[in-house]
Amino acid sequence: MSLRPELTLLADLIPESARVLDLGCGSGALLEHLITAQSCRGTGVEIDPDAIIEAIGRGVPVVDLDLDTELDHFADHSYDVVVLSRTIQTLRRPAEVLRQMARIGDQLIVSVPNFGLLRNRLRLLRGRMPMSRDLPYSWYDSPNLRFTTLVDLEELFTAVDLRVERRIVLAPSGRPARSGQALANLFGAAAVYVLRA
Amino acid sequence: MGASAPAASSVGQVERQTARLFTDTDPLRLANGETLGPVDVAFETYGTLSEARDNAVFICHALTGDAHAAGFAPGATRPGWWDNLIGPGKPLDTDRVFVICANLLGGCQGTTGPSSINPATGKPYGLSFPLLTVADLVEVHRALVRHLGITTLLAALGGSLGGMQVLQWGLTYPDELANAVVIAASSRLTAQNIAFSAVARRAIMDDPDFAGGDYATEGLNPDAGLAIARMMAHITYLSEDALTEKFGRQPHQASSAPGFGIDFAVESYLDHQGQVFTERFDALSYLYLSRVMDYFDPFAAADALDAVTADPVTWLVMSFDTDWRFGTEHSRRIARRLELAAQPVTFREIASPWGHDSFLLVVPDYHATITAFFNRALAEVQR
Repeated sequence: MSLRPELTLLADLIPESARVLDLGCGSGALLEHLITAQSCRGTGVEIDPDAIIEAIGRGVPVVDLDLDTELDHFADHSYDVVVLSRTIQTLRRPAEVLRQMARIGDQLIVSVPNFGLLRNRLRLLRGRMPMSRDLPYSWYDSPNLRFTTLVDLEELFTAVDLRVERRIVLAPSGRPARSGQALANLFGAAAVYVLRA
Repeated sequence: MGASAPAASSVGQVERQTARLFTDTDPLRLANGETLGPVDVAFETYGTLSEARDNAVFICHALTGDAHAAGFAPGATRPGWWDNLIGPGKPLDTDRVFVICANLLGGCQGTTGPSSINPATGKPYGLSFPLLTVADLVEVHRALVRHLGITTLLAALGGSLGGMQVLQWGLTYPDELANAVVIAASSRLTAQNIAFSAVARRAIMDDPDFAGGDYATEGLNPDAGLAIARMMAHITYLSEDALTEKFGRQPHQASSAPGFGIDFAVESYLDHQGQVFTERFDALSYLYLSRVMDYFDPFAAADALDAVTADPVTWLVMSFDTDWRFGTEHSRRIARRLELAAQPVTFREIASPWGHDSFLLVVPDYHATITAFFNRALAEVQR
């Protein structure tokens, strides 16, 4: 089974045999790949019933709980890697979730769509809310509660004492951007961060 | 469902079997050091054991269940108690898995229990029957599995007290189960849980016809006490909303003037539940098996997680949101403890209006979860 490009990128960041917690795992595609192809062990967290059943069918252990309030389910330092893929923008308490991730895991991987992308800014200038491959929802049916630019997000990482070990900026195509890191906030459609406490 | 999908159907007529698994010379060794023998076990099986003997699923029943989980006993019009789950095309698909269900040690439906005859005296054991633990129930299940020539189970599965047996089994003998399904269970009863059972036991033991446990010898039966125990327990098995939906404040048909009889429909229902229970269940079994639950605390020992940490089991833990007997916090505690042992654990709280009894009913999301879990479990052994 082939993973969508960003999941391949995430999988490449995760060491063989790691114990991985995927917060907002959806139907479990990333964990299934990690378990079968990289000898990882892991758990997904998801609340969507259909996605949970699909994940179970794939052999992905999945726990039904609320990321904002119930991450105390997991013990301190019980996972090597904690993934939060395209989910932070849907949380009510993102700072608290990042703190919990740092408590549970050693290495954190966070991916986010970038609201500060030039194309988004131009749409706003024309008086329209941004919509794109990375932000595909109308304002009224979006699961996204919060919109952040990469610069703003990195300030939050600093505020919760997380160090950015690596940042991979993604072009609107979903592939790693070729342009320089300096203009990431303008030309990156999304970014993947590797973080440590 | 597509036109080609086979319709779910029944396992058909089934037959209860009995096996003597322990004898007076080779007795069962109980967790408290006592011995018990002979021990006979009543059981049923559905489906076919594969040549590789890798598709066996053991059903652990709850407090008042029995070995007759699915299909029809000869001449019966009502199927076994978990027939909606077990059968061809059902979540436990008997075209693919071999299902075993046995009456519990201490029970009264064919397996040795406190009302069985004590060969030493020629009379029913009564209160001289030893106190049991969940570990003892599991020892007898294990003996049956060996008796059937099976080394490793595809899964053990159970709800309520049944889930407690599955939990005990997985923690102590993880090499014997690949998968464990623990539904609406508890790893440690609360004071409220024990309190309900205490009242039930008191109703039985204070019935003059209990006769100190020797009612069978004296030709009596504590019907009133046993019926009250069942009526009260039954209230805890249903949610308040379920009772409201079923009965509301409807009067009982036959009632005319208010009095102290059966004025409301809910009273009639409970009365009926109590009556039919005295015909099928034994008061001593109720005492012994409810006590088993009170003392269950499998995570208490410091080494409780050692065996399963070394040899992980794939767990599915489920609760129902309106269950107030063993609510979601009970299941969450189980999932958390297993998580500490780095087990592959799937945990779900299922939305259902029916309370604790939901585990016996058709709740689509619940059955879909079990179906997905077993599809994966079977794919893994067939790989």
